[in-house]
Amino acid sequence: MRQTDIAIVGAGPAGLMAAIQAAEMGAQVLLLERANELGGQLIKQTHKFFGSREEYAGERGFEIAHKLMDQLVQLSNVTVWKNATALGYYPDGVLSVKQGNSFCLVKPKKLIVATGASEKTLAFPNNDLPGIYGAGAVQTLMNVYGVKPADRVLMVGAGNIGVIVAYQLLQAGVEVAAIIEAAPKIGAYWVHASKIQRCGVPILTGHTIKKAYGTDRLSGVTVCRLDEKWNQIPGTEQDFAVDGLCLAVGLSPLTELLWQAGCKMEFVPELGGYVPWRNADLLTTHHNIYVAGDVAGVEEASAAMVEGKLAGLAAAFALRYQSENFAALYHEAKSQLNALRSAPVSAKVCNGLCKVMLGEAV
Amino acid sequence: MRIANHPILEFPQRETVKFVFDGKEVTGLAGEPIAAALHAAGVRSLHHSSRFHRPRGLFCAIGNCSSCLMTVDGVPNVRICVEPLRAGMQVETQEGKGKLV
Ligand SMILES: Cc1cc2nc3c(=O)[nH]c(=O)nc-3n(C[C@H](O)[C@H](O)[C@H](O)COP(=O)(O)OP(=O)(O)OC[C@H]3O[C@@H](n4cnc5c(N)ncnc54)[C@H](O)[C@@H]3O)c2cc1C
Repeated sequence: MRQTDIAIVGAGPAGLMAAIQAAEMGAQVLLLERANELGGQLIKQTHKFFGSREEYAGERGFEIAHKLMDQLVQLSNVTVWKNATALGYYPDGVLSVKQGNSFCLVKPKKLIVATGASEKTLAFPNNDLPGIYGAGAVQTLMNVYGVKPADRVLMVGAGNIGVIVAYQLLQAGVEVAAIIEAAPKIGAYWVHASKIQRCGVPILTGHTIKKAYGTDRLSGVTVCRLDEKWNQIPGTEQDFAVDGLCLAVGLSPLTELLWQAGCKMEFVPELGGYVPWRNADLLTTHHNIYVAGDVAGVEEASAAMVEGKLAGLAAAFALRYQSENFAALYHEAKSQLNALRSAPVSAKVCNGLCKVMLGEAV
Repeated sequence: MRIANHPILEFPQRETVKFVFDGKEVTGLAGEPIAAALHAAGVRSLHHSSRFHRPRGLFCAIGNCSSCLMTVDGVPNVRICVEPLRAGMQVETQEGKGKLV
């Protein structure tokens, strides 16, 4: 069985940052990533990021991922396992891992769970037809592997993700028939929403999917309008002949490991679903398990990076690692998080966080 | 359907390899997920659900949702959205839960 100070599950922005910080404090780190590549959601994001300058706003997602990876390779006390899925964490402190086709056990002194989130789907007839994708899958296919998901796509959801991915579809040479949105208002930032409308893609608010159709694969979608009580209005049906339907209707935290390990969980709609209780250092109700990033509540990459930093620092500190600038880094991370969450758009997240915050940290 | 020109991205050159999908020879790029190779070859239907035999395709692309399970080199339930392609792989549409033995 392999021993390590800190095992980190997930190498998205949160996990990468946690690994860098903990290793810089001197801890032995094992970073486990289920995918073949590091970077999590960042590697498929070709747009320039919003957020704060400290967290690389203005740079493209995949460039940020490369910067973090460059920092990581400088650190000799970090071991990275790709194609490695963490399967379970047991009362004796053992983490089971499937790497490629082999099964192995790891015994970390502390565990940081940074598994991110997965895409939500929507309920409508035939929502399982091939050609109906989550927005992340569309991004992965076209931005990471250079493959078009379809020839003509209808986008569902006019939040930032829907609008950004619609623009990326146009860049990839895919036609976007329209963006539909159930809410009466566009949720995305105006810069993104205006840009896509200037390209001739209509955004239909107050619309939902009535059904999808096709035999072996999607061949079209019927949409209709919603009244102010969100009921479908008969007679308003409109048909779109599309071979792709992209759902950008939110994410929910990937919390299986935390449930299985016995962390106390809570359903918090503002954070995307069930999330763990945690203190300000991101320690859960399990004395050895920390969390960081979307798994602790769906936000954005900047917050995920700062949470990763904080969890990495706190976990290394709990193992009695020290560094000269620990206190400075720790306070800096806390104030960065506060600054990120002080914007009016973060009010929802803050309301959610209040519901799962445990008392005092270290 | 591979993207020919992209305003921002350049895709790394990868070696072209042959593999077999349901008895037919298909080409893809070594190391890309099997799902990407199949999509590039126009294949969207990957698996049939166990009860109603409904066709299923790619949904999450991060190894999470089980919509893309296929039989690869005789092994069922391979998440082909995260399984790298190698030359000569035998990829088959999976019916239902797949047989382990
Ligand atoms: C279209 C789109 C646009 C966005 N734009 C912005 C933006 O402009 N600005 C911004 O700040 N944010 C943006 N975000 C949000 C941002 O990408 C996420 O909030 C951020 O990536 C979350 O980081 P994370 O590290 O928590 O999770 P992720 O990036 O999801 O990484 C989690 C990692 O964990 C791995 N994993 C999961 N389970 C296991 C397991 N059991 N074993 C091993 N590994 C596992 C996954 O494979 C993954 O690599 C955007 C998101 C999307 C989808």
